[in-house]
Amino acid sequence: MTKVRFWIADHFVMIAAILVLLYLFLPVAYTFVFSFNNYKKSNISWNPEGSPTLAHWQNPCGPPGLCDSLVMSLQVGALSTIIATVFGSMIAFALVRHKFRGRAGANLLVFLPMSTPEIVMGASLLTIFVQGYYRVGLKLGFWTIVIAHIVFCISFVVTNVKARLQSLDPRLEEAAQDLFADPRSTFWRVTFPLVLPGISAAALLAFSLSFDDFIITNFVSGDASTFPKFVYVSYLRGIPAEANVVGFSMFVIAVGLTVAGQLISNGRKAA
Amino acid sequence: MTALAQAQIANTTAVEGDHRVKGRRITPYLLLIPGLLWLVMFFVVPMVQLAIVSIESKFPGYPGYYYLDWNVFNYANALSEFWPQLLRSFLFAGLATIMAFLIGYPLAYAMAFKAGRWRNVMMICVVAPFFTSFILRTIAWRQILADEGPIASTLNALHLLPGGHITETWVAVVAGLTYNFLPFMTLPIYSSLERVDPKVIEAGGDLYANGLTTFRRVTLPMSMPGVLAGTLMTFIPAAGDYVNADLLGSDIDTKMVGNVIESQFFRVPGGFPTAAALSFTLMAIILLMLFAYTRRFGTEELL
Amino acid sequence: MMALFSKTSGSFREAKGDLRLEAVTKKFGDFTAVDDLSLTVPRGSFFALLGPSGCGKTTNLRMIAGLEQPSQGRILIGDTDLTGSRPYERPVNTVFQSYALFPHLTVRDNVAFGPKRRGLPDAMEKADAALKLVQMGHLAGRKPPQLSGGQQQRVALARALVNEPEVLLLDEPLGALDLKLRREMQVELKRIQTRVGLTFIHVTHDQEEAMTMADTIAVMNKGRIEQMGTPASLYDLPRTAFVARFLGQANMFEAEVVSSTADTLTLERAGHHFTLPRKRAAVETGTVLYGVRPEKLFLSEKAPTDLPSRMVTLGPGRIIDVSFTGVSTNYIVDVPGFGAASAFEQNLDVDPVHNRPGDECWLSWDQGHAFTVATETAEASTP
Repeated sequence: MTKVRFWIADHFVMIAAILVLLYLFLPVAYTFVFSFNNYKKSNISWNPEGSPTLAHWQNPCGPPGLCDSLVMSLQVGALSTIIATVFGSMIAFALVRHKFRGRAGANLLVFLPMSTPEIVMGASLLTIFVQGYYRVGLKLGFWTIVIAHIVFCISFVVTNVKARLQSLDPRLEEAAQDLFADPRSTFWRVTFPLVLPGISAAALLAFSLSFDDFIITNFVSGDASTFPKFVYVSYLRGIPAEANVVGFSMFVIAVGLTVAGQLISNGRKAA
Repeated sequence: MTALAQAQIANTTAVEGDHRVKGRRITPYLLLIPGLLWLVMFFVVPMVQLAIVSIESKFPGYPGYYYLDWNVFNYANALSEFWPQLLRSFLFAGLATIMAFLIGYPLAYAMAFKAGRWRNVMMICVVAPFFTSFILRTIAWRQILADEGPIASTLNALHLLPGGHITETWVAVVAGLTYNFLPFMTLPIYSSLERVDPKVIEAGGDLYANGLTTFRRVTLPMSMPGVLAGTLMTFIPAAGDYVNADLLGSDIDTKMVGNVIESQFFRVPGGFPTAAALSFTLMAIILLMLFAYTRRFGTEELL
Repeated sequence: MMALFSKTSGSFREAKGDLRLEAVTKKFGDFTAVDDLSLTVPRGSFFALLGPSGCGKTTNLRMIAGLEQPSQGRILIGDTDLTGSRPYERPVNTVFQSYALFPHLTVRDNVAFGPKRRGLPDAMEKADAALKLVQMGHLAGRKPPQLSGGQQQRVALARALVNEPEVLLLDEPLGALDLKLRREMQVELKRIQTRVGLTFIHVTHDQEEAMTMADTIAVMNKGRIEQMGTPASLYDLPRTAFVARFLGQANMFEAEVVSSTADTLTLERAGHHFTLPRKRAAVETGTVLYGVRPEKLFLSEKAPTDLPSRMVTLGPGRIIDVSFTGVSTNYIVDVPGFGAASAFEQNLDVDPVHNRPGDECWLSWDQGHAFTVATETAEASTP
């Protein structure tokens, strides 16, 4: 009996953490279960008649607009991730590796978007798009979504890459210089490969944020629809269970890809 | 001759030195320009535009058209009408932040010190639900907390639920906010704990012997930058959120300021100035809190 | 000569010969890390820069490597002025304190990094040869985080040696190793240096390490070289109080110079007179520090008689502490008017420790072992 108690005390934190993870996954599990629901009007309560059914898994693109919105989410995510990662990493390098006038200002400019509620950012972007930038032919839609997503992703990228750069041992770069590497090859052969894990983590986070964003997208998207917006808009009419299929599949794909990436890099390390 | 050579050398090195410094002076700006230009065009300029709209009035008879008349009464009107929603936003966000801290800290701690090679897998687990979509997960919570759902029906059977509902109450809204912003609390705490040498904590254990004291005196202070960043990353978006109040709350007494802004923008004709004024009030309060935070802890810590 | 200064950036500078520092000064803001330092290190020698942390030895090393530029002065190898050139242009390589191995590259790629940057076609063969030299050939495919401290140290050495630099800099290279491994590596480093015949400059705060390996030691303090010479000469005849204390231990007390002849000086303190050869005195007038090393002292229970005239006697004193260290027994003796002195007695007697704290005793030594240096207050006031 005391043995059990010791074991629990020893593993208390880990048990708590696993419970928290289960809590994080609980709604995902619900989404999964309700993708098999043979519902009549709305997919809110379980209909024991005819459930579980595979009908929704057989044709996930059935409901009009669903897969279009998914494709748009992926496109928006990819584009804004790439641009935000490049711009954000550049800013991080400037902030960590250089001393210059206006550093505090640059820091503030990066910090502010992160401390702005999404609704304020969305509202301000909508205002400028419809009152100002429409004059240069920028209409609400795909590109305004991409623009907005880049804004909030940049700050996250800067924060992550900065942290990685700050923890980089400056002696490694000195060693490279000492071994006849000029500044250019020092950067590409030593600094960049060592910061790359931080950059990819930042890119992954940027993509997740972009893919999951609803509030800002809702303000700046006009008639265009991303996956979260599709779900939200169809909520009143009843969300098709195919959305659950897509949502759960994306979750599985994301976990699968990152775990595979992890395994590959583990394998490489071991080799 | 030697003196001349010496002077020459001094000269050359000086010139070389200057060149290098100049090169370095330009590089940071070249690196900054694209990103910062983007932020100026699509963050600063829109905010200025929003500030202008917040002091405009609508043209009578022309919905959607406004003129600038420095109408600061927009703020007074908006506040006198919508102060309960504003207050509620900060209250709910504060509660959700505390809850997220209590739930997220053990998770971050376990990831940093107990997970070993499962670290990265756990980190993926924290971010992965993002891919199911925020909206779908919130709707799932609506189902979980619904009257016929497992939690409400159990509590009702035990007569422990005053009012008989969880959904359509503030509890559901705060629960939703807590859930949705938990990763934003967990990740910063994790990244600051990750940098702590476990030996330092062992040393703490050696000095204080008691696990709880070690945590309070050593671990928690060392993770403070992460806790600060995490509370901000949770509180700020939670205060501006309207989806949770919309999907989990009621139409009467759980609306937050985000709901008001959203409906003024999209559903109330001529509502732009009120929405803008409310946005700015929300922003101003958050900036004031941030200012107090940064005065206390410094910006570098937070970034 | 002028051609050197119109160099294009990235050009590697061939240079052969002695390493020379001419009046080198390095300032960080108001702090002077290295102060007007001049030094010549003969080609092919094993040279140690020894000093406490913060004495400027590492800054000095970094200036030779090109990682810092001197505020004033020149750094040359042979006749080639390297001042102002970048680290990657110098025929100088460094073994960094914590090795600074590239964690993302294999051991072989780490070692081949330098030759590859210089565009040598046989970079990999050179790397393998260098790894063989440090007996690390079998781990060439590993990555640095998978190696032990000693193994990383060898790789770092190979990574610098492979470039056949004119000068190899070692920045506390053995600091992170445990004592046994450190001894092994000391021998190994000396062996490799003898074999490759390069100039080694070794920065350390460990006097024993410096004495074991180096041909010449420069003791640094507060940005200046206090004294330079072979390990034996530095130990035998320190010229400053700092050197006397930093290299080994020394009993030192203030005394007045009272008379002198052409060959000798006589000092006085508390009624006792001490004579020593003039050539062993760094300071010859006024108040000086008179010093003698603990192992040169003889301890006797009775006042010694019939000693030759070159022997000095002090006593009676009282033993206040005895500690047995194996090789020797260390005594601390309190002599009225002089304070505490320490004496090391080799454990030659069959019957071990027989003196106890509280016992009365006399100290004696050969005046040929004594030395004088400036008092620390006098030293501080010299510019």
